[in-house]
Amino acid sequence: MKNLFKLFSIIILIITSNSNSFAAEKVEYLKTDWSFKGLFGKFDRASLQRGYQVYTEVCASCHSMKYLSYRNLAEPGGPEFSEAQAKAIAASFEVTDGPNSDGEMFTRPGKLSDKFVMPYENVKAAQAANGGAYPPDMSVLVKARGGGVDYIYSLLQGYEEAPNNVSLDDGVYYNKYMYGNKIRMAAPLSDGLVEYGDGTNATVEQMSKDVTTFLMWSAEPHLESRHQMGFKAIVYLIILTVLVYFSMKRIWSRVESEV
Amino acid sequence: MSDHDYRPKSKVGQWFNDRLPLLTLANHLTDYPTPKNLNYWWTFGGILTFCLITQIVTGLTLAMHYIAHADMAFESVEHIMRDVNYGWLIRYIHANGASMFFLAVYIHIFRSLFYGSYKAPREIIWIIGIIIYLLMMAAAFMGYVLPWGQMSFWGATVITNLFSAIPLVGEGIVTWLWGGYSVDNPTLTRFFTLHYLIPFLILGLVVLHIWALHVPGNNNPVGIDIKKPSKDTVPFHPYIVIKDGFALLMFMIVFAFFVFYAPNILGHADNYIEANPMVTPAHIVPEWYLLPFYAILRSVPDKLLGVVAMLSAILILAVLPWLDTSKIRSAVFRPLYKQFYWILVADVLILGYVGAMPAEGLYLLIARVATAYYFLHFLVILPVLGFKEKTLPVPLSITEPVLGGSPNLAAARNKESKIE
Repeated sequence: MKNLFKLFSIIILIITSNSNSFAAEKVEYLKTDWSFKGLFGKFDRASLQRGYQVYTEVCASCHSMKYLSYRNLAEPGGPEFSEAQAKAIAASFEVTDGPNSDGEMFTRPGKLSDKFVMPYENVKAAQAANGGAYPPDMSVLVKARGGGVDYIYSLLQGYEEAPNNVSLDDGVYYNKYMYGNKIRMAAPLSDGLVEYGDGTNATVEQMSKDVTTFLMWSAEPHLESRHQMGFKAIVYLIILTVLVYFSMKRIWSRVESEV
Repeated sequence: MSDHDYRPKSKVGQWFNDRLPLLTLANHLTDYPTPKNLNYWWTFGGILTFCLITQIVTGLTLAMHYIAHADMAFESVEHIMRDVNYGWLIRYIHANGASMFFLAVYIHIFRSLFYGSYKAPREIIWIIGIIIYLLMMAAAFMGYVLPWGQMSFWGATVITNLFSAIPLVGEGIVTWLWGGYSVDNPTLTRFFTLHYLIPFLILGLVVLHIWALHVPGNNNPVGIDIKKPSKDTVPFHPYIVIKDGFALLMFMIVFAFFVFYAPNILGHADNYIEANPMVTPAHIVPEWYLLPFYAILRSVPDKLLGVVAMLSAILILAVLPWLDTSKIRSAVFRPLYKQFYWILVADVLILGYVGAMPAEGLYLLIARVATAYYFLHFLVILPVLGFKEKTLPVPLSITEPVLGGSPNLAAARNKESKIE
């Protein structure tokens, strides 16, 4: 019994210390309170909606989000735009469809079922337009970076003058959170770059937080139901474990042995 | 065994059982006399069965939605995560289930090492277990390739390239494994096929593993042969069933924590980047459960010898029953072996740690020392210890130390309290 507890605690200790040591190789990331962390973590709807605005007005000119559809914007657990709003958002994009009965491709306004429209036709076109660097698809970007949300949040605010001993090529920028400190993306955010509909002050910090929240959702669209189900599942398991424990004690009381 | 005399009560039962003695089997399984002093380290066999079934059930469901094609695999996984009903749940159970499986198997193996469960007459159980473990590693490795992320692709490249170390035919074998001149679509489809096949091979071997176990019966913490059935044993049902069930539930709580609250902590972030043959990740690391062997591989400067060392590290376990010369099974009565056992545990943990670190400088040095010690333990320490070690007096039965009357009463009591 005691051994089992000891074992589990050791394992959890090893795992957490290990993951910490991976993050600790690099600089300390900026910290902020994420509403989606913790046992009951949920997304901040308003922040998700603002984050979508930052994504679509700023990031989307270079970064695709190919695994998302416009319908996702109205689904529970996400930004939860109304269906009408999501339809309007979709319709504001031109989508190439076809071929029609004449064998021609044609464009039409987007529908809820369409995937997010990509800024470039293909990877090569994206590279050609960005000095050879491919702006990564953002659908699962948060999960594809070691530091996760903290890394993205910090990176967006990590632009500064390069130290004297670092020389930068044309089109390369200095970012203290980037691996190797050199990044092909110019500082994407500046105070007041977008105008939030809800009157929130669009500071770089605020926009970074909102867009990172949005990216967390896009990478884990079922995070809220996962947390809810997880809590129920674990409470259920704990209750069952306690019941089984007492049954076991009762059954084993018939023999001369400890359990 | 006494249960051969079993006769079902009902007429229909008798009719059926005379033609196919399934009811005799069921009776054997419920009555199976089990040592009553088994501790919680013995519950991992049941836990492992649960892990295997979980992996098979979730895996079948995933296979209904997954597309084994280099251009579509990554996307189909995202489709499962986003659009398949509870697809995220099934995939996270399957992905974390692999880690849980290995966690349990390592505990199970080290349980055997501590209590000498591999010794006569249980060598065949042990060897089947090692084969299962090898197949698990193959299945896990190929499963990790299927999402076709960066770590999938480059992990597959590194591991399959190991075969090129074989003299003369190495390169040919690698091409044959790949189904081409690099890891590509043919590699993915064959890995998917084998990943689907292996769990059923494991299932068959598990049946043999349990069959072989039921011939001599369970070892126990005292490590002595016991009379079966006797007052030293309890029937498997309900005593062991409920105890295994309790331990399994505890295990499931930990499992659920990972699935629901940290589903990606055991994976590598790079595997959420789609495979790209033109970009090599900065560090290519396997999943945590393969890290000790990865460390052994990298600690040898020569490629071929590195592969040999890595394979030997696993295969040496198969001859362990003959390397360990001690007649005493349980480490409880082997004061020196007990210490070397814990050093080995530490050694393997250290190997796992340096396996995750870059192979350079101090890490490489530590890996080399730890690798050398690993082989020293099995090839030198264990054989010598069997002759040199002064073991403690072993009780004659499990109940004896409890009820008294043993010539070694004090020692036995002392041991008994340590076991619990």
